[in-house]
Amino acid sequence: MNLEGRRKLESLMALILSTLAAFFGLFWLIFILSDVLIHGIGALRISLFLNDPTPAGIAGGGLRNAFVGQLLITLFATLIGVPVGVLGGTFLAEYARGTKISQFISILADIMVSVPSIVIGTFAYAILVRPVGHFNGWAGAVALAIIMIPVVLRTTEDMLSLVPWTLREAAFALGAPYYKVIIQVVYRGAATGILTGILLSIARVAGETAPLLFTSFNNAYFSLDMNRPIASLTASIFQYAMGPYDDWHAQAWAASFVITLFILAITILGRLIIKWRYK
Amino acid sequence: MTERKEIETRALNFYYAGDVHALKQINMHAYKNAVTALIGPSGCGKTTLLRCFNRMHDLYPRNRYEGEIIFQERDILSNGTDLISLRSNIGMVFQKPTPFPMTIFDNIAYGLRLKGIKKRVDLSERVEKAIRNAALWDEVKDKLNVSAYELSGGQQQRLVIARALAVEPEVLLFDEPTSALDPISTAKIEELIIDLKNSVSIIIVTHNMQQAARISDWTGFMMLGELIEFGKTDKIFTTPSEKLTEEYITGRFG
Repeated sequence: MNLEGRRKLESLMALILSTLAAFFGLFWLIFILSDVLIHGIGALRISLFLNDPTPAGIAGGGLRNAFVGQLLITLFATLIGVPVGVLGGTFLAEYARGTKISQFISILADIMVSVPSIVIGTFAYAILVRPVGHFNGWAGAVALAIIMIPVVLRTTEDMLSLVPWTLREAAFALGAPYYKVIIQVVYRGAATGILTGILLSIARVAGETAPLLFTSFNNAYFSLDMNRPIASLTASIFQYAMGPYDDWHAQAWAASFVITLFILAITILGRLIIKWRYK
Repeated sequence: MTERKEIETRALNFYYAGDVHALKQINMHAYKNAVTALIGPSGCGKTTLLRCFNRMHDLYPRNRYEGEIIFQERDILSNGTDLISLRSNIGMVFQKPTPFPMTIFDNIAYGLRLKGIKKRVDLSERVEKAIRNAALWDEVKDKLNVSAYELSGGQQQRLVIARALAVEPEVLLFDEPTSALDPISTAKIEELIIDLKNSVSIIIVTHNMQQAARISDWTGFMMLGELIEFGKTDKIFTTPSEKLTEEYITGRFG
């Protein structure tokens, strides 16, 4: 075979292999999503959002407590995780730029991103559940925040590094002090990238179950008290899916559907922001 | 016209990162309301010298100055110098346009707001004046609230000049301001620079000798970190005293 023919064959092989690999991944993704979709939509009832769980065997229960609990935990996780992540990323990319300590923290953050979330759950259990003596919502929020921080930190650092140095110099040349250069010029330049990173990190933690089982646990009753065990969608899905009742299974499907939709919506929003910025 | 010195270097030496000796015993000055050009081959230190005048080198660690730079009767290299007020007195325009990611209006108002001017009326008035002075008003007057990134490269460069003019500096430093621009935009910026010398003193670094000849009153020729010759532009370009200057200007090297 001549050289050109061999190159074409190699190119074709690469194309086929990579296409197959992509479809293999895509197949399972669509399989899972459509399964959730089919079972979830069928099980969706308005009572799911309006009612609290009923005792096992009694019809008409919902997961209002879990929706509210999930929102609370995610909200507080965001309130803790985002400022720490953004400020930390700012430190790495601006004040500590190029230093050993900055590189060291970056690497640590990369490692933390891939630490299994159950490990972080047990960590939060050790520092916030054991000493208090009972499961509580704060521990759940902190566990999720710890998962968020490295994601937000690294995104912030990367996005700030993409802002050209000449832009900072131009602001300095007008007599701006460094903190104003960062807040007024650099953040603005990197805003959409950082915002996208924040949204994706929220999407990341919104689906976490393992860390919550060790921290906020679950609660069959409606509660807004973060000092006590509090319900969450993911923990409820876990409990209901494991349970013996068909009614529970249906609600678990419906809740899975809602949480998937929520994560999808946030991810799409993140993508739209990027697109809108760079169009 | 009586010629008064605006800024003057005395035995200025500069070292990058502690040990690279980039400027050697520079003695030069720029006159008030004149355009002073710095020319020389790449790496000769002309941009390094320019960035001494607003102490831009301080942004990076372990850079070191020796000697004096006298501005408004003070040595700006002394420890007590307030860099923020120095930089609002000595503005700078960079090689590539550097609009901030905000509206045209907010770009121009940036330096004014840093100075504590907050009233909308004052801001508007000064912003308009600065844009007019940068010969950009007719092109942007109807779109002050659109992003500065919507402007063309040449317009962005004039926007940046307007932003520097807004704070009414004494001196404007230009670091190869037209090297990223097309010939028409370049011509506009050159005209602008000549107009501006009525209100500010200008020091411009350029690798384009014709440009230096066209717009400057004084020229310094630099090589390998030394100032080889400094004098009236006419003289430098017609009867330079130094052999090196003559060789560079006639295109024998560089």
